[in-house]
Amino acid sequence: MSEEEKPGGTLPEEEETMQPSPQQADLDEAVSLLCSRVHDEAVAEAYLNEMNGGMPVLIIRSEHWLEAARMFRSEPALGCDYLRNLSGVDYETYMETVYHLLSMSTGKQYAVKVRTDRDNPSIPSVTAVWPAANWNEREVYDLLGIDFPGHPDLRRIMMPDDWAGHPLRKDYEPLDPEV
Amino acid sequence: MIRTEELLLNVGPQHPSTHGVFRIIVKLDGEVITDATPVMGYLHRGTEKLAENLNYTQIIPYTDRMDYVSAMTNNYVLCHAVETMMGLQIPERAEFLRLIVMELQRVASHLVWWGTYLLDIGAMSPFLYAFRDREIIINLFNELCGARLTYNYMRVGGVKWDAPDGWIDKVSEFIPYMESKLEEYDRLVSGNEIFLARIKGIGVYDAETAVSYGLSGANLRCTGLNWDLRKTEPYSLYDRFAFDVPVGRTGDCYDRYRIRLEEIRQSLRILRQAVEQFPEGGETMGKVPRVIRPPEGEVYVRIESPRGEIGCHIVSKGKAEPYRLKFRRPSFVNLQILPKLLIGETMTNLITILGGIDIVVGEVDC
Amino acid sequence: MEFRLESITMEERRELERNVFMGTLEELKAWARSNSLWPLTFGLACCAIEMMGTGASHYDLDRFGVLFRTSPRQSDVMIVAGTVTKKMGPLLKRLYDQMPEPKWVIAMGSCATAGGPYVKSYAVMKGVDQIVPVDVYIPGCPPNPAALIYGINKLQEKIRYEAKTGKRVTDR
Repeated sequence: MSEEEKPGGTLPEEEETMQPSPQQADLDEAVSLLCSRVHDEAVAEAYLNEMNGGMPVLIIRSEHWLEAARMFRSEPALGCDYLRNLSGVDYETYMETVYHLLSMSTGKQYAVKVRTDRDNPSIPSVTAVWPAANWNEREVYDLLGIDFPGHPDLRRIMMPDDWAGHPLRKDYEPLDPEV
Repeated sequence: MIRTEELLLNVGPQHPSTHGVFRIIVKLDGEVITDATPVMGYLHRGTEKLAENLNYTQIIPYTDRMDYVSAMTNNYVLCHAVETMMGLQIPERAEFLRLIVMELQRVASHLVWWGTYLLDIGAMSPFLYAFRDREIIINLFNELCGARLTYNYMRVGGVKWDAPDGWIDKVSEFIPYMESKLEEYDRLVSGNEIFLARIKGIGVYDAETAVSYGLSGANLRCTGLNWDLRKTEPYSLYDRFAFDVPVGRTGDCYDRYRIRLEEIRQSLRILRQAVEQFPEGGETMGKVPRVIRPPEGEVYVRIESPRGEIGCHIVSKGKAEPYRLKFRRPSFVNLQILPKLLIGETMTNLITILGGIDIVVGEVDC
Repeated sequence: MEFRLESITMEERRELERNVFMGTLEELKAWARSNSLWPLTFGLACCAIEMMGTGASHYDLDRFGVLFRTSPRQSDVMIVAGTVTKKMGPLLKRLYDQMPEPKWVIAMGSCATAGGPYVKSYAVMKGVDQIVPVDVYIPGCPPNPAALIYGINKLQEKIRYEAKTGKRVTDR
């Protein structure tokens, strides 16, 4: 099987290791913009996720997240107008939401992570920046119990309104123990 | 003097046109909708939580039941995510089989949409035609993997079953058949005055709105954006085949209708090329460790399902089970624009707009 | 009209035996009911697509007198096609209560039967028989159309048997 005949799906990683990745430049640009425009310490960590085809990952402190989100959306160099995915993860010691952003015009992608305390989880809502975040945030609130101050309508979305607990948390005890 | 007053009307969850158990509460002023509140979760089954206690092969059947109208693409997104994490190579024959079943699935899914959409609008017979032709695809799948709806066909590293003898020939026979039927569909419905009056200029939004609401699939392309993940971020073998991405202009229900019908045509075009290039022999499973343990890390992959961008976000801690598995479900995200579209429309257009978005409640609620 | 049995000739008697069936009124009602089972369109999840497929052109449920109705007030049988979640349960019960007597329930697929693949889920009810009485269970995930037709035939059989004998089919 020649090189170009290889089936797709698994190739991006190899390309990544061979040449200095273009994503590194994207990452550096985003970090410098965030540090200069938002706050010196807005970015807690930044790296490339080699496993995911070198996706630039930024960990942003939650107090600066709303401002950073506005910049991601409006700054022409980043131009992330499309929120692909929003997931919440319970890491047992802290909670995290992951935003996968995409610029439709340039094709640049970023994964932004925002971490929060587990006992009193709260991350500013970005519904005003990307309306797509609306229901996603409600879902994360419902299943993981992360509060999103600034959300227009933060209610449970999947579970009934009188449901107790947040099912996707790692320490959630289901109501019916018989099965 | 005639006086109108506000009326709160509940639609669903048991409603024939909400495609499952979706519910929407609308506030009406006469016939005009002034406010709409969707309520979902009536089919929330906790797939993501269940997945945390299952190994990756065991999760595949659950993906079938998420978007049950297009189970094959759901299978693919999970396998693709795990393969990306582990850096696995997929044998060419397996990748071809995957691509063929995914495109057949796209045709089948759009047929279900076409039939039920027209049923919602008031035409009974297209539903019967659509299901007649869908039955052929279902039989092909049945022959391939022994299931009619929930296939559990793909595995990490390949596919479970090789194509039986003569299966590829049956697929190639199906292509011209379906093409001729598509013309019949067009003659039957697409020019119908009543139908056009009900869907033209209904549910209009522009590209900027679509992007900010995160829409994908035909819902995004109807605004004129040429955005199909099979072209823009190719996966599988899509970069080898020639096909067009149909786009709309006005962003109304009619454009979405045209795009979906055209997508069937393009899928058939891909299928024709794939059947011609289908490799003679070869493995259907790549080299996969006995226990699938992706290394620690996380990955987000996305593919183009019939409804839009379906994504899979896996957080792995190096165990056989995922630490966190999140699906980005296109129906769920696409549906968010519904309240915005409904305000100011009449009650009759609720069903037209909701049907035009093309949701599957199993995927909305997950 | 005067009617005397002894006045019937042999030919007339044979003619009568060919054309007149004797039975109880209950049996007659059961015969009529079992051949016009109108199910409530109540698709919950994946099984609903198979139910639609069964109702569509290829399998054509209409030939058994099974016509889907969209209102519980017009239906005789509820085909619970799909996963019943805890959020949906009370609504399902309400729909069942809205159906006029006599009414029957078919639990289609393993989710409606016992929770199926979602039995360990926090959100799913472990079988629809926890809230409504079920007459026929159809296994499968989802059951194929032939299985659904078989289940409907079984329900027809049950209706006729219970009317004929006055006994519950489970005591057989």
